[in-house]
Amino acid sequence: MPGHATARDVYRQALPVILVSLVAGLFAGTILGTETMRSFIADVPGLLLLLPAFLATRGGVYGSLGARLSTGLHQGLIEPRFQLDRRLTNAIVASFINGMSVSVFIAVVTYLWLGLLGSDGSLLELVGIMVVAGFLSAVLMISVLITVIFVGYRRGLDPDNVIGPVVTTLGDVFGVFFLLVGVVVVGGVV
Amino acid sequence: MSAPGDASQSPDRPLPDEWSIPRIVRTMVPLLAVLSVLQLVSGTVLQTYEATLVRYPALLVLVPVQIGTAGNLASITCSRLTTQLHLGTYELSLANPELRANAGAVFALAGTVFGVVGVAAWAIGLALGGALGLGRVLLVSLSSGMLLAGLVVVTSVAAVEASYRVGLNPDDTTIPVVTNVCDIAGVLILFAVVTLVV
Repeated sequence: MPGHATARDVYRQALPVILVSLVAGLFAGTILGTETMRSFIADVPGLLLLLPAFLATRGGVYGSLGARLSTGLHQGLIEPRFQLDRRLTNAIVASFINGMSVSVFIAVVTYLWLGLLGSDGSLLELVGIMVVAGFLSAVLMISVLITVIFVGYRRGLDPDNVIGPVVTTLGDVFGVFFLLVGVVVVGGVV
Repeated sequence: MSAPGDASQSPDRPLPDEWSIPRIVRTMVPLLAVLSVLQLVSGTVLQTYEATLVRYPALLVLVPVQIGTAGNLASITCSRLTTQLHLGTYELSLANPELRANAGAVFALAGTVFGVVGVAAWAIGLALGGALGLGRVLLVSLSSGMLLAGLVVVTSVAAVEASYRVGLNPDDTTIPVVTNVCDIAGVLILFAVVTLVV
């Protein structure tokens, strides 16, 4: 019974998930700490400002897609294979729209906030970086989530137990990496 | 089952279509927008310490772990307490064994995670050309981690207690709010400690 769990029980149950997110965080941190990323941080005003919001919304957007698909599977509303089912495609399209619009929103708010803080950034540059990073994250997160949830479900895994670690790990690691790619791409264009 | 559209919806549940694109977008986008504005608080702190972070990569390595772990610990504590709430065995008291077990586990988990992270961040920082000593990185990591654990316990208990009194379902509201608040607090605490130590 939950009422009788000891601190040791709670520790043992929670440790695996915590360690997964720890490893993911260290990877993300290592990318952040590289020479290249540090020079981008110094060169692009607003990059650090938008970082936490960008990472946090990855979790929000794709965590909720995962939860929705998992509920749909449990209720028998969707089937665990990729097909042009209205519910499945709607959920995917909606999470893509969510991811992209929130990314652009973050860029705009960051630009405005930078102005209030008294430093100037480039709106075009920030929006460009967020569009590239948001798009790449969406493609990666949606395809990996669907694959992992469907394949896992067919093999008897409860998607609810898989979504959290998958979203945290991929979201953090690739979030930071795609941010870096975004800076490179936009730097090449602008 | 393979019938398209709403044909498979049972007639006794005339729910609005939870799977329509406008509905999903309209529900999620305002929430995500508010969340990202909140996260600008963390972003502002990071921005303020830009020079320090660029100079000491070990500290930059700590940032994502600090952001993620706080929310994780908070969500574990909250979901266990809200389960108790649903089962009717929750009680705000130091004698509540679940509360004590949780608090103990959160501190032990924080000690484990931030000990490992301190050593790892130091090593990675060194490889990336940083100059912070092991003692200092470990001190920053462990002391901010332990402060964070204390904050997670207090915030989670307060939030569960508050949502219980107001009558909100804690699963819907408490966990997202507390997770985000703790993530933001994680960054604030980290840099409060950095200011003192580095």
